[in-house]
Amino acid sequence: MFRYLIRRLLQMIPLLIGVSIIVFLLVHLAPGDPVRMLLGEEATQEDVERLQAVYGFDKPLPVQYFRWLTRALRGDLGMSIRQTMPVSTLIAERLGATLELAVFSVLIANLLGIPVGLFASTRRGSLWDYLTMIVSLVGVSMPSFWLGLVLLSHVALHVSWIPMFGRNASIAGGLFTLLTQFKAGELITALRYILLPATALGISMMAIIARLTRSSMLEVLSKDYIRTAQAKGLKKSAVVVKHALRNALLPVITVVGIQFGSMLGGAVVTETVFAWPGVGRLVINAITQRDFPLVQGGVLMMAVIFTLVNLVVDICYAFVNPRIRYE
Amino acid sequence: MKYLLRSKSALTGLLLIGILIFVAVFADLLAPHDPYEMDIWNSYHAPDGPGGEYILGTDDMGRDVLSRILVGSRISLLIAVTATGVSLLFGVILGAVAGYAGGTLDALIMRIMDLILAFPSILLAIAIVATLGPGVINAMFAVAVVRIPAMTRVTRSMVLGLKEEEFVMAGRALGLTNRRILFRHILLNSFAPILVVASLNMGTAITTEATLSFLGLGAQPPVISWGRMLALGREAIRTAPHLTLYPGLAIVFTVLGFNLLGDGLRDIGDPALRGQK
Repeated sequence: MFRYLIRRLLQMIPLLIGVSIIVFLLVHLAPGDPVRMLLGEEATQEDVERLQAVYGFDKPLPVQYFRWLTRALRGDLGMSIRQTMPVSTLIAERLGATLELAVFSVLIANLLGIPVGLFASTRRGSLWDYLTMIVSLVGVSMPSFWLGLVLLSHVALHVSWIPMFGRNASIAGGLFTLLTQFKAGELITALRYILLPATALGISMMAIIARLTRSSMLEVLSKDYIRTAQAKGLKKSAVVVKHALRNALLPVITVVGIQFGSMLGGAVVTETVFAWPGVGRLVINAITQRDFPLVQGGVLMMAVIFTLVNLVVDICYAFVNPRIRYE
Repeated sequence: MKYLLRSKSALTGLLLIGILIFVAVFADLLAPHDPYEMDIWNSYHAPDGPGGEYILGTDDMGRDVLSRILVGSRISLLIAVTATGVSLLFGVILGAVAGYAGGTLDALIMRIMDLILAFPSILLAIAIVATLGPGVINAMFAVAVVRIPAMTRVTRSMVLGLKEEEFVMAGRALGLTNRRILFRHILLNSFAPILVVASLNMGTAITTEATLSFLGLGAQPPVISWGRMLALGREAIRTAPHLTLYPGLAIVFTVLGFNLLGDGLRDIGDPALRGQK
């Protein structure tokens, strides 16, 4: 296991270097001079050149890349052109919101998806089974941002305690207040704000999990040890939950990991719909404003987190399934 | 083909896709109004329902939503088909070469794919279009790039499995060229799984395109696209919820068709599942 861990960690290095090069090039190959856009049409050539020197845009690309990379490794992602604040500060302020949204979506997806899939698998061929499968197929086919819009116009507008946009408190902060001061108000506020965006983001994952739980359960339920357990005269619920579900959840766990990463991507658009103050919305706004350093920092940050999440998933999976380790 | 007709999900998927293609081709004839015609006095007109003047209502300029959805199917389909075609072409070639050649070339190709997969795909698509500038061609390109790794991986794994098969050995013994063995014999036998991924890719491509146009990075006005319609609908979400509801349903309908077809094809290709529901 230790050797596998080391190998995987070493593989990360070239991958992350590649990611940094792509992010750097993406932004620097973009047409349109950010400095000229910032200063406007009236700016003199001298002004433009002076500001280009301030941001280091006058140096050759490789030089710019290495300067950017060495600074990024120290946590310095440069200054936002539009907001005149360090990019790292802007991202750090919003990272919590994005992670909270992603985690909460995954939570909703699992809390709903696993029981639904389980229920359908134990009633195979019933109307309920068909209904679940149809609903989950539709769920997989729905763009999360559209579901977000529908939730806004058909739920938030009509339910007074559900706010439409933004984020007023963090769940982590709310939990902290609840545990230290025994006051639930902050947590409830945070939950009210996160409910719709997290549902919009989590539904497609829920559908995938429900389908997977069902098919995985159906496979396990046909195994010999299940028949043995039934023959022993165990209660149906004990067979289903203790014997079948435990084994059926293995593939589900893998998919949860893979999906968590895609939640981060989906969050980019969901955040825009719900005006959720996360990194995704920051990046989208930065793109429309052609704020290069901010786009660069944001995309890099998301890609690094995405890669790390995938690494953790792989390691967890190798931990559970020894065959992977020796490949 | 026999199994295809027996698979309910593949058939339903084909039916939905058939309807979509029909709509896209005959949109001009089917549309009850000119999709570009403004009728300011009737802006944000609520849906009249079947038989009414504006069946699905009108938008901020009083343009007929139903007609715009019908015509909008064209750009969605165009971008998705082109992007999937391009990703299919590159993915199959790269995957086949990687799997067949092995060694350094294989490692190189697969590391590049890992690099693409190191980004959440929608974020990469957004970043690519943001770099190249918004527009139909750039959106197609972005959607294609993020879909290539899936195609490459499935082709490579098929080729890896098949290249040790006896018919390949036989071909080699007969003195066939590598290219002929690879493209004539191995790839032809990998057709089914590649088709499954291509079908599922179509669904994702439609969603990605809609996302890009929703963010203003896809097709630009006056081209009508579903994503763009949703973006306009968002601005009037309090007063005219029908503007966000119906274009989205069109997207769901389309993606559902390709997902059903992909699922059905996969079940047909998997003999273990054949005969099961």
